[in-house]
Amino acid sequence: MNDKSRILVVDDEQVIRNALHDWFAEDGYVVETACDAREALKKLDDALWDIVLLDIKMPGMDGLELQSHITEIQPQAVVIIMTAYASVDTAVQALKAGAYDYVQKPIDPEELEHLIEKASEHQKLLRENRQLKQRLENLSTEDMPEIVGESPGIRHVKDLIRTVAQTNATVLITGESGTGKELVARAIHRGSPRHHMPMVTAHCAGLPEGLVESELFGHEKGAFTGASYRRKGKFELADGGTIFFDEIADISPKTQIDLLRVLQEKTFTRLGGTQPVQTDFRVIAATNRNLSHAVDQGLFRQDLYYRLNVFTIDIPPLREHPEDILLMAQHFVEKYAREMNRQANHISQEAMAYLKTCLWPGNVRELENAIERAVVVQTGEEVQLSDLPLLQSKNIPSNDDLSLAEQEKHHIQSVLDLMDGNVTRTAKALSIDRVTLYNKIRKYGLKRSP
Amino acid sequence: MVCLHLLRLGAVPIKTVQIIAEGVEFYLGVTPIIHPDILDPDRAFDLDRGQYHATRLLENLEAFHQSPHERVLGLTEVDLFIPILTFVFGEARLNNPCALLSLRRLSPQFYGLPNNPNQTLHRAIVEAIHELGHTFGLLHCSDYRCVMHASRLADDIDLKGPGFCAECARHLQSQKLSPRITAK
Repeated sequence: MNDKSRILVVDDEQVIRNALHDWFAEDGYVVETACDAREALKKLDDALWDIVLLDIKMPGMDGLELQSHITEIQPQAVVIIMTAYASVDTAVQALKAGAYDYVQKPIDPEELEHLIEKASEHQKLLRENRQLKQRLENLSTEDMPEIVGESPGIRHVKDLIRTVAQTNATVLITGESGTGKELVARAIHRGSPRHHMPMVTAHCAGLPEGLVESELFGHEKGAFTGASYRRKGKFELADGGTIFFDEIADISPKTQIDLLRVLQEKTFTRLGGTQPVQTDFRVIAATNRNLSHAVDQGLFRQDLYYRLNVFTIDIPPLREHPEDILLMAQHFVEKYAREMNRQANHISQEAMAYLKTCLWPGNVRELENAIERAVVVQTGEEVQLSDLPLLQSKNIPSNDDLSLAEQEKHHIQSVLDLMDGNVTRTAKALSIDRVTLYNKIRKYGLKRSP
Repeated sequence: MVCLHLLRLGAVPIKTVQIIAEGVEFYLGVTPIIHPDILDPDRAFDLDRGQYHATRLLENLEAFHQSPHERVLGLTEVDLFIPILTFVFGEARLNNPCALLSLRRLSPQFYGLPNNPNQTLHRAIVEAIHELGHTFGLLHCSDYRCVMHASRLADDIDLKGPGFCAECARHLQSQKLSPRITAK
């Protein structure tokens, strides 16, 4: 009749236990009975139960006391209290203590059937909810699908995320621009007990000086011209969740003081308000600058630095873990092909070789942009070298004073080398015809064999 | 070969018992033996509730059970209860050879409606087969047309028929019975 809910009947009267046992067994439920709290606790230790039918009056530990133990031992179990002496007080007491429902003995057969069906359905929903939450948690903390890479550097970052996520510690994420600091912050938030609440991002570099207080702390109606309604600030929006300060080094000295006060006291006042507002948030900050140097130079408050620098995660630049480039590139090809409904599913050997020679000063973001562009322009299943944009390569001297002609000369030479001097493939990769390529080779005196 | 005994607990017209016996024989494929003895249900009367304790009456029936191939069905017109529930139409335990059925709440008269003997008898046949089904190990069935579907109200009984669904019938066939399968 249902997917076999497990029912535990706890009652000191044997006739009641037997009657309910037979009644539920006929309906196909898995049912066991216990004559008192002690036996019930033993059965609760031995197995998981979906529904516990509990007599309120029992010798020794009564039903209400046992109920509180059940809530601790098996919070998933739905408890239904039974009593022969119904009173509003005991009903309220039972429901307040977390009982699912309350019935008076003797019970109408139809009412009992509906009650158990309803409780089974409720239990099933709770179970599904738990499973979905678990899947979400596993997805965020175990797999971290958005953080791609198997190099020791990236593995270390993932380990640190797992270590700190479950705590409430403030985290400072450092790394060059484009290394994925916000992704790391999101992975920490999703792996934390706060993941059901929002992660609110404050882009410090983008906060206009005049509006920074209003943005962070909110404002009351009439606090300033144009403040026609009360508005919550980022600290309030992050209540119960996480607030992420991106580019924390860019906040003004005044905002540093305000921020320090909020971090210390966890309370603040809305702009134009008088009542202190208390919120519960976790702080994650990120910067591409060396905050310690900024402190030495007097650009960043030392006390705030110490407040933020509780647990640091340093993300290595892409050039320090080149072994991840191909894995990341493949990941981005699949991601953008899916998003753009393209057929691309892999990268050609030449394109791979080229990606490995690039310097990636813009780190993962640059790689992602390059692949996104390639997926836009390519037509088949394979991303070709010619689909990729011109990137700063190790084979090209990165000297800004070099002329366009010099850049062209070095680039053509590097592509020729990549293609083992094959003019047809090089011309195709450069998106020029073979005659033009021959002319360039002659003009710059390029070598066709590496 | 299964042997089924029909016993009366208190006054139940013999004609009623015979009609129920015919219905059981037709749908379950077992010929019942109607006992001339009438058991006294009064020892199971509960003064506080003004009803008869079904479990105690069921225990009385167990004395009539002799061999593993026998089943005993008690028929009564008294109102039955078990302590946890306000009433029961009947009682049987899974794989236990004895079952009990009360006609009291099957009659429309009990609910203040005009008497309808045919409807009462039809309900009695359906519930007798249902309780006997439990003695052969059948659980409540999710098919609302199957006689083994649970009925908590008298009206529920009218929704199902006296026949078995294919799955419940297979279970009984495995015990060498010839049940009728309900029409779809």
